[in-house]
Amino acid sequence: MIFDDGSLLAATLTAVMVILTISLFCSLIRLIIGPTLPDRVVALDQFATMVVGVIAVYSIASQSPAMLRSAIVLALVSFLGTVAFARYTEKRGTR
Amino acid sequence: MREILTVALLLIGTMFMLVGAIGILRMPDLLSRMQATTKSMTLGAVGLLLAVAVHFDQVGVTFRTVLVIAFYFLTAPIAAHMIGRAAYFTGVPLWSGTLFDELSGKYDPSAHTLDSFEPVSSDDSSAAADTPETP
Repeated sequence: MIFDDGSLLAATLTAVMVILTISLFCSLIRLIIGPTLPDRVVALDQFATMVVGVIAVYSIASQSPAMLRSAIVLALVSFLGTVAFARYTEKRGTR
Repeated sequence: MREILTVALLLIGTMFMLVGAIGILRMPDLLSRMQATTKSMTLGAVGLLLAVAVHFDQVGVTFRTVLVIAFYFLTAPIAAHMIGRAAYFTGVPLWSGTLFDELSGKYDPSAHTLDSFEPVSSDDSSAAADTPETP
């Protein structure tokens, strides 16, 4: 891990990780609060996209590009989950 | 040089992601929150993935990151459209400051179709002739 290098890239990676964690918490708050179901679906989609960003930053920090395959899979599965939620919401009707 | 480019792309991507996260907290309406998600988050993920591609400088890694970016550009509009349509048709409350609702009288609430939509149907022919006519 190159977090302790002291170089500019290491400091940037630390700051980026902190900011991404704060963003994850924001999305989590909307997931808990969100008054309707589509609010929560949108927050979950955003959460998955941010996790893909975290995977990208982690793969820079650990100097190994092996985790990018899981980023591809996560993007695919989150899209499918969002589409499934949307169809379920539309079929369920007004509530 | 590569390190400076990586740092710049990382910071740009993170700023877009932070803007998207603040947007989903502070926007008053579901349809506005969706703007923060799809537009801002997609650009943030693109920035971070481009930083990975620049940092590693290998063909396999660049190919995989470009694949994820292309996938995001293809599927984020589809997902946003489907959720927006499902939320609108099931009656999600719009923001109180909405000026006018362009779709308000123009759709069929039980079949979830617009009034200008005409299904391709055979009017009085037999059941054997069921090839749809394209208008």
